[in-house]
Amino acid sequence: MRPLLLQGGRVIDPSRDFDRTADVLVQDGRIAALGAGLGAPDGVDVRDVRGKIVAPGLVDLHVHLREPGSEDVETIASGTRAAVAGGFTAVCAMPNTDPVTDNQAAVGFIVRQAARAGLARVYPIGAISVGQRGEHLSEFGEMVAAGVVAVSDDGRPVVSSHMMRTALEYARTFGVPVADHCEEPTLATGGVMHEGLVSTRLGLKGIPAAAEEIMVARDILLAGLTGGQLHLCHMSTRGSVDLIRRAKEQGLRVTAEVTPHHLALTDHACEGYDTHAKMNPPLREAADVAALRSALQQGVIDCIASDHAPHAYDAKEAAFDDAPFGVVGLETAFAVAHTELVGGGVLTLPELIARMSTAPAAVFGLPGGSLTPGAPADVVVLDITARWTVDAVNFHSKSRNTPFAGRTLTGRAVLTLVGGALVHEANGPTP
Amino acid sequence: MTAVLGKDLIGLEHLSPDQIRLVLDTAEPFKEVSERPIKKVPALRGKTIVNLFFEASTRTRISFEFAEKRLSADTVNVAASGSSVQKGETLVDTAKNLEAMRIDMVVIRHPSSGAAQFLGDRIRSNVVNAGDGQHEHPTQALLDLLTIRDRHGKIAGLKVCLVGDILHSRVARSNIWGLLKLGAEVGVCGPDTLMPRGIEELGVCRFRRIEEAIEWADVLNVLRLQLERMERGFIPSVREYYRVFGVTVERLDRASRDITIMHPGPMNRGVEIDSRVADGSHSVILAQVTNGVAVRMAVLYLLAGGRPELAVAANRAAAPE
Repeated sequence: MRPLLLQGGRVIDPSRDFDRTADVLVQDGRIAALGAGLGAPDGVDVRDVRGKIVAPGLVDLHVHLREPGSEDVETIASGTRAAVAGGFTAVCAMPNTDPVTDNQAAVGFIVRQAARAGLARVYPIGAISVGQRGEHLSEFGEMVAAGVVAVSDDGRPVVSSHMMRTALEYARTFGVPVADHCEEPTLATGGVMHEGLVSTRLGLKGIPAAAEEIMVARDILLAGLTGGQLHLCHMSTRGSVDLIRRAKEQGLRVTAEVTPHHLALTDHACEGYDTHAKMNPPLREAADVAALRSALQQGVIDCIASDHAPHAYDAKEAAFDDAPFGVVGLETAFAVAHTELVGGGVLTLPELIARMSTAPAAVFGLPGGSLTPGAPADVVVLDITARWTVDAVNFHSKSRNTPFAGRTLTGRAVLTLVGGALVHEANGPTP
Repeated sequence: MTAVLGKDLIGLEHLSPDQIRLVLDTAEPFKEVSERPIKKVPALRGKTIVNLFFEASTRTRISFEFAEKRLSADTVNVAASGSSVQKGETLVDTAKNLEAMRIDMVVIRHPSSGAAQFLGDRIRSNVVNAGDGQHEHPTQALLDLLTIRDRHGKIAGLKVCLVGDILHSRVARSNIWGLLKLGAEVGVCGPDTLMPRGIEELGVCRFRRIEEAIEWADVLNVLRLQLERMERGFIPSVREYYRVFGVTVERLDRASRDITIMHPGPMNRGVEIDSRVADGSHSVILAQVTNGVAVRMAVLYLLAGGRPELAVAANRAAAPE
């Protein structure tokens, strides 16, 4: 692999509070040197990145790659292609595949498919319970040995409090967090959007904020009981933010993520029965969006995760009640977050990069999120002045179920390196 | 042809007061058609209408069918049960197939909120919502408005209270929009378990006691209590519901003024309404049914591009066929 010199960019490395113009030399898959006016050794591939941002590759703790089981809507290859196009160098794959990723063999399959694709790093997440049925604990030990970085029954809540307690305790044995999809099922069943004035007007069954908050509160109590590491997936309500803030003040091992769509959209997006605004947890109210933004700014919520959830066109082309939950996000996550949060004065650019790279890497204890010399060269070059309009036809993902179609956003990944290999270079139309 | 109501009638939320008044005014001359020995005018001759019912309905379907036939349209009834095929797929494919057959209008009843708009957005034909999930049932509200206007000579300034299961009721939503737009005061009365979130923000007042609602209202529109609500635990028993919220003769007798009783049907006698009330002098329940045909004739006529000022003439021009 030829050495690569990224010359003259604004280098932002939140892991070291580094933010200045510098060159970055990538050699043998690692960050070889970082500094002003680095010489170009013989045979080096020099890229002029003046006016661009050089940052650690983005890390996504929450994606659904749909392989095995639904290869028609996404594969590990197409999903990681979408990831690197969006500036992500590492993604964590949720286990709600078919069959469920609940054993070491299934984990090995994902690791091998990711290696074969050779794009973003894929860190599998193992199921908490066999078949995600909430009955028997999966074999965490073997799955961790096979490469799992966390356990989760995402897509479904862990209904039994006893199961959640056991999972937190048993996961602690192997040093991995338990990521929970917080949804109290008896309150949420049949709901298709946020319960509020909009659901009343549309005549759609709502999912009250309390359905999430009850489980957030329960999980926090169990984290306190067990000393286990709890990660709260896709937080959506201001009440959840208050609960997480208190848990952190108590020093509990609790982390949380929020999606770009929950930071950018409200339940009004469901008007006209747009099934691309149907996701779980549902889009909430403006006050929730405001609380989530300030929680992210304050670090109460640790990071942004896409909850990339591809679905077939036909499945979303249905009455609202009948459409599946979820939206794709890998190719719009940075641009949406940059436009809404940096453009909206919520975060500085280094803070945004921290929340999408350094912080999520730290939450699951992953390599990455840093440009320290010697670190693996997982790097993204961002053009934060690029304005582009979302057209799902241009996505690398196999699916197009985005709620942001037609939106004009600023910011995109122009170069993505994984382990020093150039895996994405923007040319031609942006997605 | 641009029609005064737009391409489709999905709900009353997005209609203007003038558009609603226009439907009611257009319905007036159509009332008379149903009183003739030969109940037919040629207004929609040559038009094809499909009545697409994904949910059981007797009264609404028959009312639409009479309205269509009395306007001389050619009609086909499709009763599709959503059980065997996934509902969404059926709807997309059905829409495409209907379009291919070059029909003029679809009247759709569907258990999913938004289904009528979904269809309307995907075909060129006019779509009339005959009830979509818990969203809207605009022709029911229009016939309710017409019946109120017939009885009271006006709508503005009247106090109309909807009683019962507001949460699951498309009739309630359409009535709330229509009544508010025409200047009525609107109340809702029922147990809190059957009230949707944020209902007061729509501009309605809330009653928890039926006695208070009766004392306040000029008109009570008593909604059907689906018996499955009890199975789902929204109310503990039908017996208690009747004792707490039933519209009974005794309760009406204690009211200080005359009150009009409406019900969209089908009634559960002895559950939400006392038979003596349903059949008594306060009741306009059968007048609602009669007006249903005229209102639906008006809606179909206007959507087809009929000019409201010609509705009277259209009737006079009726020729024996």
